[in-house]
Amino acid sequence: MDWLQILSNTASSIIGPATIGYALAAIGLAVHFGFAGLLNMGIAAYMAIGAYSYAISILTFGLPWWAGILVAMGGSVVFSLILGIPTLRLRGDYLAIVTIAAAEIVRLLFLTTTFDKYTGSADGLSGYHSSFRDANPIPPGTYGFGPWTYNETGWWVRIVGLVILALAVLIVYVSMRSPWGRVLRGIREDEDAVRALGKNVFSYKLQALVLGGVFGSLGGVVYAMPSNVNPGVYGTSLTFFVWTALLLGGAATVFGPLLGALIYWGVMTLLSNILPALVTSGILPFMSTTQAQTLRFILVGVSLMLLVIYRPQGILGNKKELTFVK
Amino acid sequence: MTITGRLRVRNLRWLFVVFAALLAATTLFSASPAFADVVGEDEPFRISGNVKNQGVPLEGVLIMVTGGGHDAQVRTDAAGQWRIGVPEKSTYTVTLDESTLPDGIAVVEGSNAQEVEIGPSGRITLNYFIGQGERNVTSFADQLISRLINGVNFGLMLGLAAVGISLVFGTTGLSNFAHAEMVTFGAIAALLLGTTVALPIWAAIPIAVIVSGAFGWAMDAGLWKPLRSKGLGLVQLMIVSIGLSLALRYIFQYFIGGGTLQLPGANTEKLTLFGAVSMSWIDIVSMAISVIVIIAFACWLLFTRIGKATRAVSDNASLAAASGIDVDKVVRIVWIVSAAMAGLAGVLYAYYRPGIKWDMGAQILLLVFASVTLGGLGTAFGALVGSIIVGIMVEISGLWITSDLKFVGALGILILVLLVRPQGILGRKERIG
Amino acid sequence: MSSDVAPRQRVKSTGLHIGDAVPGVAKVDPILIADSVTRSFGGLKAVDVEHLEIPRNAITALIGPNGAGKTTLFNLLTGFDKPDHGTWTFEGRSLAGVPAFKVAQRGQVRTFQLTKSLGLLTVLENMKLGAKGQRGENFWAGLFPHVWRKQEDAFEVKAIELLTRFKLDTKKDDFAASLSGGQRKLLEMARALMSDPTLVMLDEPMAGVNPALTQSLLEHILDLKDQGMTVLFVEHDMHMVRHIADWVVVMAEGRVVAEGPPHVVMKDPAVVDAYLGAHQDVDLGVVTGRYAGELTGEASELASEIQGLDHSPDPAGKEQTT
Ligand SMILES: Nc1ncnc2c1ncn2[C@@H]1O[C@H](COP(=O)(O)OP(=O)(O)OP(=O)(O)O)[C@@H](O)[C@H]1O
Ligand SMILES: [Mg+2]
Repeated sequence: MDWLQILSNTASSIIGPATIGYALAAIGLAVHFGFAGLLNMGIAAYMAIGAYSYAISILTFGLPWWAGILVAMGGSVVFSLILGIPTLRLRGDYLAIVTIAAAEIVRLLFLTTTFDKYTGSADGLSGYHSSFRDANPIPPGTYGFGPWTYNETGWWVRIVGLVILALAVLIVYVSMRSPWGRVLRGIREDEDAVRALGKNVFSYKLQALVLGGVFGSLGGVVYAMPSNVNPGVYGTSLTFFVWTALLLGGAATVFGPLLGALIYWGVMTLLSNILPALVTSGILPFMSTTQAQTLRFILVGVSLMLLVIYRPQGILGNKKELTFVK
Repeated sequence: MTITGRLRVRNLRWLFVVFAALLAATTLFSASPAFADVVGEDEPFRISGNVKNQGVPLEGVLIMVTGGGHDAQVRTDAAGQWRIGVPEKSTYTVTLDESTLPDGIAVVEGSNAQEVEIGPSGRITLNYFIGQGERNVTSFADQLISRLINGVNFGLMLGLAAVGISLVFGTTGLSNFAHAEMVTFGAIAALLLGTTVALPIWAAIPIAVIVSGAFGWAMDAGLWKPLRSKGLGLVQLMIVSIGLSLALRYIFQYFIGGGTLQLPGANTEKLTLFGAVSMSWIDIVSMAISVIVIIAFACWLLFTRIGKATRAVSDNASLAAASGIDVDKVVRIVWIVSAAMAGLAGVLYAYYRPGIKWDMGAQILLLVFASVTLGGLGTAFGALVGSIIVGIMVEISGLWITSDLKFVGALGILILVLLVRPQGILGRKERIG
Repeated sequence: MSSDVAPRQRVKSTGLHIGDAVPGVAKVDPILIADSVTRSFGGLKAVDVEHLEIPRNAITALIGPNGAGKTTLFNLLTGFDKPDHGTWTFEGRSLAGVPAFKVAQRGQVRTFQLTKSLGLLTVLENMKLGAKGQRGENFWAGLFPHVWRKQEDAFEVKAIELLTRFKLDTKKDDFAASLSGGQRKLLEMARALMSDPTLVMLDEPMAGVNPALTQSLLEHILDLKDQGMTVLFVEHDMHMVRHIADWVVVMAEGRVVAEGPPHVVMKDPAVVDAYLGAHQDVDLGVVTGRYAGELTGEASELASEIQGLDHSPDPAGKEQTT
């Protein structure tokens, strides 16, 4: 077993596009759930919309990559409005079911052969990289040290991802300390009370849905930016994984989603390297390497349960501030 | 607040207009027919073929492949060729949609729907021969009736799962996402008993249902009861159920792998009832079992002491407790009953799809939720009505929309119902203040 | 309980109505007028109010037995529930179909019978949330603290002033969830006042508040009137109603069965029968020695009963109250 390689892969995953993508999506979810109390179980749809909007605007409409990002943000705003206007009046558990259903509708629409020309149906989309790579100011070559050694494209993706992430964190940090954020947190606690104080609760919820949704879709963009858009990724499982990352870090905190995504991908990378290695070296003789990969997801499920039961406020959350009041 | 609020609304409205226009434009573009000659590149096995009319390749003809719980469709390319990747080495039905052929021609040799079996090479070729001829069309009425029957069958099956979710919700307030895995559990239990233990299927299924009930008991005793005593909130419990659902579903995958397995007797002949309407014995027996179980369940809920207690607890748990009902005992029984019914739904669904897959329950979970919501969360009979509506809708919508979008309609209706009646069709409103 | 908080004597507003004090009587200067407002739940008519006017700049008490429909009427008037039919106007403008938040913005602010404190916000944040017209409540403006910082500081000063009045200033940085039930009631009331409302609707503001604080709360409510606000409150404690209300509206089974000045309404046999029962005339605060006051004959009798003195009960006296 090559421990050095395993540790290096794990360390490398810390600033991987997948981690950044998850962190963005988890921040979006934190705005939805942690701050505004909206039980959004459809964050995967936002990521799908981000990824597809980005790829389709480049492939079909020939837009440059940055315009693709703008379209992705716009697409998520439209989706928030379509989703939010009918559903935001609903009670928490209904909202969870409706958002998960809406996310499934979005996934099926991307998957169907009816729009194959644009979405690539089951095959997804790829080969949209040239515009993004042409804009790369970094001269060709490999840079970095230790596990964080990437070529110019690798760095370009990470830099763009980290800049977007930093902006998202800044916006959430500032807005949640503003009176606007205070209204949202009030709505999370008891929307009728806030309504009785003359705040347009519906409008605030919609704004929160839009803001978090934009982050979710940016997460989808960053996630798909270096590779391809694969419709198999955007199922309900993705939503649950992002939830796990969020609750791991702390739902009602600004840096919790970041930490959660980091730990999630760190541990997943570690396990996906260690478990097959353990199997091939005969330490886990009773399972195959495929089973070893499946085991990781069993562990995700179990840790989600344990987190919610024993530490619902997450790693960074304050015990008093646990968000599950109702 | 008024002014800023109005500004904000105006901003939103502006964004809305721009993006609505954008969206409309996209939908307009996508209305033109889409072509793809290859679908499912990643799948290990391949079905392919040619569609030609006397040597002239036909472009844009729709080919559909179904079987083993897998659905895919493709259109022929400019050379008249198509390819579809499939996940299993088994038998598939390949159908050429004759309405996508140019006018006046049809499939002349054999039927437009043909069975193919993937050979040892992992690929199979199927060529259609097209010429002047009568199209093999099923009359609209026949299609409608046959889909209606399938829809009722599917709806009853959903109903078995839905009343369980609804009972659990009614008595404990939990929206149980892991219910999907209780469905899968029943099917897998029947599979193990029927193949590994090699029991005859008529014995394997009842035992699988009993084992499912035991599973429900174990879940309440081992997880939900302690969590309720710990005083976890409903949202917390719901997310625990999501974690449980993830864990269970991957545990299933761990043991049975990612493929599709068949229960004994899954491939029985279809009996033609009349016209083009056909059903297999399995379908008929499955419907009969669903109806009998649902009637028995209704009697249990309406007339037995425990059934009445269950309704009392659903209505108002603290009042029921105050009037001497042992709420924990009722909840325990509710878990057993709903797990057993979910298990049965799983077995029947395994025959309906056909096939057992690690995430088969998760595939219908949202339809079950749609049914329950349609009927109003927490009302068992509402859930049943909702299920049958959803089942029929899923099947009927297949008359107009492609099969890979058939769930979209049902889920869309779910959202629409909540738009009009946020508390579901039969549910009631909560009080404020 | 401090004995020095004896109620300051205040002049009650009189001459509020035009004509006889019958249910639905017209007021000289009504602020809120409701017409044939009904709401049923299933077969139950929870609210069925033919005509009701609430006098401006006065304290109106809404009383009635449990389940009379008081809270439901509050919900309807504030837009939290939709009536089957009916219209009502606030300061001459129709409020029917106006959403709850707009009702509050127009200056008609309510509290809830079951308190709704925002548990995971601090007491001070709860208070600031109540303020109207906040610039920083717009998302874009919220991103630039210099836009709203000054206004925020002003709200903070006002909030602390109110909190001090309600004896909550020492708790300002605690989570509202850590407050006691009575303190939450106080917080909710204080929060409602942050928006400088015209009409304050309080649903059982005193329930669960200790007697000493009740006394100062009554003072606050009277102060509100002095500041030009109108108060409508639901209360079961008749002593308080009598002390501060200028006008009393009695509901039973969804209808307004009586209204009038407190001393008149409380003698109304229908009201006594339906709601008050025996000894309603006795100021229990005076009987138990909580307040200095003149004991009427009947009250002294009751006091002696309570204190176990050897006055033999007078059967005739009992008959009076039945
Ligand atoms: N959402 C609801 N659904 C069904 N019935 C309701 C609802 N809200 C109120 N009711 C019924 O309407 C009637 C009036 O209730 P309401 O809460 O207005 O009484 P109340 O006068 O405020 O009583 P209390 O003094 O006990 O607070 C009651 O019989 C109650 O059961
Ligand atoms: Mg009340």
